Amino acid sequence: MGAYIVRRLIQSAVLVFLVASFMAIFIQLLPGDPAYTILGDKASPERAAAVRKQLGLDRPIYVQYVDWIGSVAHGDFGDSLISDRPILNDLARRLPRTIELIIASMILAILVGIPLGVIAANYRNQMPDILVSIISLLGVSTPVFVSGTLLLLVFGVRWHILPATGYVSFTDSPWGHIEHLLMPAVTLALLEAAVILRMTRSSLLEVLSEDYVRTARAKGLGQRIVLYHHALRNALIPVVTIIGIQAGTMLGGTVIVEYIFNWPGVSTYLLAAINQRDYPVIQAIILIIATLFVLLNLVTDLVYAAIDPRIKYG
Amino acid sequence: MDKSAVRGTTHTADSVSELAGSMGQTQGAVRRSISTWGRIRSNPRVVVPGIILILIVLMAIVAPWILPHDPYDMNTRDRLAGPSTTYLLGTDEYGRDLLSRVILGSRTSLVISVSSVALATVFGLILGVFGGYLGGVWELISMRLVDALLTIPPILLAITVVAFLGPGIGNLIGVIALLYMTIFARISYGATLQVKNREFVEAERVLGAGTLRILWRSILPNILAPIFVQMSLSLGFAILLESGLSFLGLGTPPPKPSWGNMIGAGRGYMDQDAWYVLWPAIVISITILCCNVLGDGLRDSLDPRLKR
Repeated sequence: MGAYIVRRLIQSAVLVFLVASFMAIFIQLLPGDPAYTILGDKASPERAAAVRKQLGLDRPIYVQYVDWIGSVAHGDFGDSLISDRPILNDLARRLPRTIELIIASMILAILVGIPLGVIAANYRNQMPDILVSIISLLGVSTPVFVSGTLLLLVFGVRWHILPATGYVSFTDSPWGHIEHLLMPAVTLALLEAAVILRMTRSSLLEVLSEDYVRTARAKGLGQRIVLYHHALRNALIPVVTIIGIQAGTMLGGTVIVEYIFNWPGVSTYLLAAINQRDYPVIQAIILIIATLFVLLNLVTDLVYAAIDPRIKYG
Repeated sequence: MDKSAVRGTTHTADSVSELAGSMGQTQGAVRRSISTWGRIRSNPRVVVPGIILILIVLMAIVAPWILPHDPYDMNTRDRLAGPSTTYLLGTDEYGRDLLSRVILGSRTSLVISVSSVALATVFGLILGVFGGYLGGVWELISMRLVDALLTIPPILLAITVVAFLGPGIGNLIGVIALLYMTIFARISYGATLQVKNREFVEAERVLGAGTLRILWRSILPNILAPIFVQMSLSLGFAILLESGLSFLGLGTPPPKPSWGNMIGAGRGYMDQDAWYVLWPAIVISITILCCNVLGDGLRDSLDPRLKR
């Protein structure tokens, strides 16, 4: 197990390094020039060249790349080309907000998805199951930007129950913070809940058809005990995996949710950086997200092995 | 949304390629293929979404002839007018007819999603089938490429590439095809591994058939079932991605209408005219819903053992 973890960690590190390197070189090859973002589109080519020189963008790409790798290895992501602020500070402020959003919606999705999945499996092919299936299909099929926009329309614009957009820090106002968090978290949770629900239902149905469940029923145990004590525990193993994988995809989902609700996390930072051609910021965020993504996958695999003794990695 | 699809489909790839294998044993038996087709045709979960999707495609094809108004014609006096007899679905912020724009938008969305899925299928199949059949260096290159692409959440990669190349239909098609190619590569790779050592492939090899001929005649027909299922699901994802990017202002450039950029624009006028956002939202959701139901239904029909 230890050797397996070490091997996976090394593989992950190599993968992240390759992706970060590729992106670092790739984005510089694409058209666009941060000098013109700073100076405006009407700037003279001479002034733009001077700004590029000052930012170090006139050096060959491979020199810039080696330089970047060197400072990242020292834990320094450099400064934003546009705002001149250290990127690390901005990231340290924004990353927790994105992670908070993901965790909040994950909890919501689990609280809704697993019970509904159990109900659906328990009433297989009856009315509750059909209702739940329709809900989950709608959840999977509605794009995040549609559900987010509709929630915003109903609760923020029409009924004024919740603040439409923005962010209030928890220390300023705990209640205001939760109010602002609620809609983005629900939007992100809708899709996840649907996925978790489907997985719970099909996995539970599979387990319920196994021999040991039949034995438990033959002993005369009630449906409730069979369901919760015998079946559900094993049925949740694949659900845990799907939750881990979904946490990774939620990183992508936050891009649109943060944009709709103006949530000042990593994704809004990335969108702004892309528009301004702020190379070091883009590189830093892609590196961070790729790392998180790969680590999440690794942790998911390990948790999978931990809760299911039948699975061994060697 | 995408990674789960990938994991989900690797699972189906295995089970469906088992099916592909079992179909291979009765290769040439016409009766078998008729019964598969019959199963597909009699499954309401294939037929109903299939008909709706065909109608949407027809709408996109005949769009220029059925538009009630010019979708680019601005009537500033009628801006943000709700549904009326003149403008059945109302108008947008420039007074352009929403019904005409929704209809024309179906063209944009479908052209982009269909062509990107077609490209993704072809290149994914090439990577996966060659990687799976030839093994060795081919396998290493194709599968590591896929792994690397899967390290970044798809929407992030798409946003980065499109933002730098500039919004445009060609760029969108390229990016979406690149992203979904990975899924097709994985599925066809898994399915090829399952099929490549079966007797009928070996028989053809013994008969002296060349690699390309074996791939084309023996491997490909036997791995198509999971590919069809994935094409249907990917179509939904591609529409989702295109409209998501357009929503962020990185997809289809205005004034050309697409469902995503209509929602993105309508968002700013929600307090004045909610219909503006609602129409494209409804159409997108129905289309994606149909793609998903169709994919699930096809999977059930092509492999009855999977049905739970």
